[in-house]
Amino acid sequence: MAGSTLEIKDLHVEIEGLEILKGVNLTINGGEFHAVMGPNGTGKSTLASAVMGHPKYEVTQGEILLDGENVLEMEVDERAQAGLFLAMQYPSEISGVTNSDFLRSAINSRREEGDEISLMKFIKQMDAKMDTLDIDKNMAQRYLNEGFSGGEKKRNEILQLMNIEPSIAILDEIDSGLDIDALKVVAKGINEMRDDKFGCLIITHYQRLLNYITPDQVHVMMQGRIVKTGGPELAQRLEEEGYDWIKEELGIEDETIGAK
Amino acid sequence: MAKKAPEMEDYKYGFHDKDVSVYRTEKGLTEQVVKDISARKNEPEWMLNYRLKSLEVFYKKPMPQWGGDLSELNFDDITYYVKPSENTERSWDEVPQEIKDTFDRLGIPEAEQQYLAGVSAQYESEVVYHNMQEDLENLGVIFKDSDTALRENEDLFRQYFAKSIPNSDNKFAALNSAVWSGGSFIYVPKNTKVDTPLQAYFRINSENMGQFERTLIIADEGSSVHYVEGCTAPTYSSSSLHSAVVEIFVKKDAYCRYTTIQNWANNVYNLVTKRAVAEENASMEWVDGNLGSKLTMKYPSVLLTGEGARGHTLSIALAGAGQHQDAGAKMHHLAPNTSSSIVSKSISKNGGKVTYRGIVQFGKKADGARSNIECDTLIMDNESTSDTIPYNEIMNENISLEHEAKVSKVSEEQLFYLMSRGLSEEEATEMIVMGFIEPFTKELPMEYAVEMNRLIKFEMEGSIG
Repeated sequence: MAGSTLEIKDLHVEIEGLEILKGVNLTINGGEFHAVMGPNGTGKSTLASAVMGHPKYEVTQGEILLDGENVLEMEVDERAQAGLFLAMQYPSEISGVTNSDFLRSAINSRREEGDEISLMKFIKQMDAKMDTLDIDKNMAQRYLNEGFSGGEKKRNEILQLMNIEPSIAILDEIDSGLDIDALKVVAKGINEMRDDKFGCLIITHYQRLLNYITPDQVHVMMQGRIVKTGGPELAQRLEEEGYDWIKEELGIEDETIGAK
Repeated sequence: MAKKAPEMEDYKYGFHDKDVSVYRTEKGLTEQVVKDISARKNEPEWMLNYRLKSLEVFYKKPMPQWGGDLSELNFDDITYYVKPSENTERSWDEVPQEIKDTFDRLGIPEAEQQYLAGVSAQYESEVVYHNMQEDLENLGVIFKDSDTALRENEDLFRQYFAKSIPNSDNKFAALNSAVWSGGSFIYVPKNTKVDTPLQAYFRINSENMGQFERTLIIADEGSSVHYVEGCTAPTYSSSSLHSAVVEIFVKKDAYCRYTTIQNWANNVYNLVTKRAVAEENASMEWVDGNLGSKLTMKYPSVLLTGEGARGHTLSIALAGAGQHQDAGAKMHHLAPNTSSSIVSKSISKNGGKVTYRGIVQFGKKADGARSNIECDTLIMDNESTSDTIPYNEIMNENISLEHEAKVSKVSEEQLFYLMSRGLSEEEATEMIVMGFIEPFTKELPMEYAVEMNRLIKFEMEGSIG
């Protein structure tokens, strides 16, 4: 079976009355890795949050479809159940809930009552993924993200990704704040997910993550739209030359939201 | 998967069974009622006299003007003594069927067979069932209902009775002293460790009933004991009153933990006085779970009278619609190098009100004493409220006191995070609440932790707007 397809069509999104996304079009198929790049303040994270259904973001126009189903009508948990996943830039801390209890609940929320994952199977699976990500085993019993360093939080997002096995994942600046070793480890985890049933949208400022994860397509976002799409070589050029050449090419003076 | 609508359910223990009492006093509180109770119990004269003096104190003391709203509490409308059966049985089979049915529905005494060293079950005013493991009896451990202890161990009983909470302490302690009935009496001999918990279960069945158990625990030098009590009552339209007095004496090097899981129906006034005296190097722990009731006013206290004594109170309170939990702790540092800690976790929802009220006192002799107070509140919606009212009294400069208070709401970001992993809004909220009280539940014996989690989940159901 081929994977899922996420279609974003002419997406307009407002936050507190201010329009951030102004017509985003993007299609991600199972088996494909896409990267969305762009300077700060161009709407990348808004795209991620809006697809997952954060209540602060209001979709004013356009469509999001997952395998033809209208995602915009789904609650956040229903989107997750349907196969979407968002690795967050700033994951919340939940005191008193252990990482492993949380992860098991998340896995079981996708299973029918009576068909929950067995404790042994879960521990084995989680342990294996923790090894891949070079995560200290103690982290399973620590409270969810509480007191985690920035790097630990990012690894933990990928640990959840690997255990939940969504069909489409959006990784929102999963590389920010990581040193080069941690970056490699996180990339290793993401690459392990690669198969034709898994589609991924990687949001990043920097090309360096893409040295370890090769995207099929690279999109550049400015002023709340995707303004350029290309192959991996586009990311390479951005790394070497920055964004100015694109701005010049497209006649954009200020790439941020609100600029004309 | 479609989102499940939260189901509303009633208070689970709200059922009542038919009145099978063999005797009950007239409604209202008179000298005759007090004499009646004492006569029925064939008490020694000193106890009758103490009861009558306490009644005078009760009449004289004004209603407390602080804490919760007591204006609707009508002392004339309460039955002060209801005797449910003729005897306290040691065999479950001999307990009257109707009462047995009630406790069966509450899961007692199945629990006993599984993991308890002793069980006591009080129904209305009297203990109807009582049993303890034989090996403990052979070690000299006494675990009886208080009435039986007064008859059979009068000297020991009299030596400690009302020594930490005199009838002059407060209006409700005076009331209890006048009409007390039932409760547990525990004596653990020197250097004896009771490894599994002793449990008592309190059940009110009648409408407008007052339950006034009196519990007295003495942990002799070097001993240790864990006592657990659970409480429920039916839901009636008019109010019942639960006003217990609990006195604990923890001798040199001894350890006592007292765990309460109360889940009264929300028409019960729960006005309880609990105080422990901890001697040299002794350790006293109150683990106090307050669910249900209309109004709870309860501040378990520890008098740290011996050098190096330790006091610890860990409590949670949950108040829903129409409920007020006014609860807290008191620590009195009266000797050098004593230490105490208070951890209070409160949750208010659907317009409920939680108040933390506490006193930490350092006396002149409390050199090197230290105390740590932590009050956390989780407010579930905009109609609910919380208050933190700590008093500190410091008469010695060589002490250390830390106080931390935190009020939080379930945040949109937390819900979004958990829901993005597939949990429903209800599951996500429940997870945040369970995490919030985790420091409390982890201190409970396993079976109670499971029960507590179940109760909290039950309380939280239908609380998502």
